[in-house]
Amino acid sequence: MQVEPRVIPVLLIADGQFVKTRCFCDPVYVGDPINVLSIFNEFVVDEIITLDITAAKSRVPQSFALLQHYAEECFIPLAYGGGLSTLEQIGEVFKAGYEKVVLNSLLADQPGIVESAANRYGSQAIVASIDVRGGRDDRRVVVHGNSDVVADSAAGWARRAVDLGAGEILVTSVDREGTGTGFDLELVAEVTKAVNVPVIAHGGAGQRAELSLPVLESGASAVAAGSLFVFQSHERGVLINYPPRSQIEGLFRGAGGSYAELG
Amino acid sequence: MSLVVIETGIANVGSVINMCRRLGSDPVVSGDPGVIAIAEKLILPGVGTFDASMANLHKSGLTEALQLRASEGVPLLGICLGMQLLFDSSEEGVVTGLGLIPGVVRRLSVDSPTGPVRIPHMGWSRLVQPQPHDLTKGISEEARFYFVHSYAVVPKENSDIIGISTHGTTFVSAVARENVLGVQFHPEKSHRYGKALLGNFLQGF
Repeated sequence: MQVEPRVIPVLLIADGQFVKTRCFCDPVYVGDPINVLSIFNEFVVDEIITLDITAAKSRVPQSFALLQHYAEECFIPLAYGGGLSTLEQIGEVFKAGYEKVVLNSLLADQPGIVESAANRYGSQAIVASIDVRGGRDDRRVVVHGNSDVVADSAAGWARRAVDLGAGEILVTSVDREGTGTGFDLELVAEVTKAVNVPVIAHGGAGQRAELSLPVLESGASAVAAGSLFVFQSHERGVLINYPPRSQIEGLFRGAGGSYAELG
Repeated sequence: MSLVVIETGIANVGSVINMCRRLGSDPVVSGDPGVIAIAEKLILPGVGTFDASMANLHKSGLTEALQLRASEGVPLLGICLGMQLLFDSSEEGVVTGLGLIPGVVRRLSVDSPTGPVRIPHMGWSRLVQPQPHDLTKGISEEARFYFVHSYAVVPKENSDIIGISTHGTTFVSAVARENVLGVQFHPEKSHRYGKALLGNFLQGF
């Protein structure tokens, strides 16, 4: 048995609450963070990514005491992103009990800090988050919560992130995020071909059956979703959920392939 | 002084502490050789590089303290890089390891029978147990553990191997040599399976 592709809930924090957005806008309240995290912990999810979207804009990270409370609820791998801009802040996240930091705007604003963080804490602890809007012909890599364009090639931006020391790439399609219209498989494939570190596909998952596609068709090592795991339908009624292990294994066994070649 | 989690400067001890507490143990976190000297049980976590971590242990006098306590029979569990530090040396660096278990640490192979795999090995994998051991007691082969690593140990003696996992090719994921134990995965982040294993360590040694 190879390493199993990870299926990762992404939880967005805004002003201390969990919310879910659509195309980075229109936040809907999902629940109290401690409550939601403890439910996902009970589901034994593969990993959880928490992103503070308020902090991403204000550039002030979530309170580290609060992050520690979150971590106390979870005996599974945790990542945090949002507003981290110094080596010291990054260290505080690890101290709070998180395994990984998710860095996005810092890749553009202060790449030297990304590099120092990777040297100090190891590449495995640094996830480069790459937000991409547009389709095949007009892709733009954006930072600061979809405010500023920094590049037009997701592949190039991913390579740059790996050169800076990132050990993993989280690639998010801004246009698909929260829409349930399916992953941007071309975008994911562009990134997986460009780098040799694990790539997490995010943005657009509309149903459980689609979760295997970025892995089986685009070479991703993991898939992430928000709406799919916090809403029960497209009407966006809150229902925290996660596929049972047997269903996940069945999904990834699809297309006649084993995980082997997918890493 | 019962359980001491060794503070090496850069390791993430928060989640180890969280899980020990959940298991009813209240560990002391310390990098002080004087505290290690009176510990009844030791956990050596580890994140970062082999040389940087060994340099930290040397600098703070922990190398000798750990070697002494291990020789006195104190149960010592190395986690992730902490497991690798128990060995003689690593391809990742040039500094000598703790030398508590004979063998070396090698970089994971990207080759596999079905094509190249991505390194680091990051995610959940199963544990095959070539021999029963108190550390893995009650843990079924369905159990999954969370791994994040680019290197793995190669013990000199097969009798020290109590767990094997696969990422492309197989590698040694759990070792035991008398009171010196090591796991490549993160029990503190492996939910109920990790809790069972850490519980075995806290209660059974």
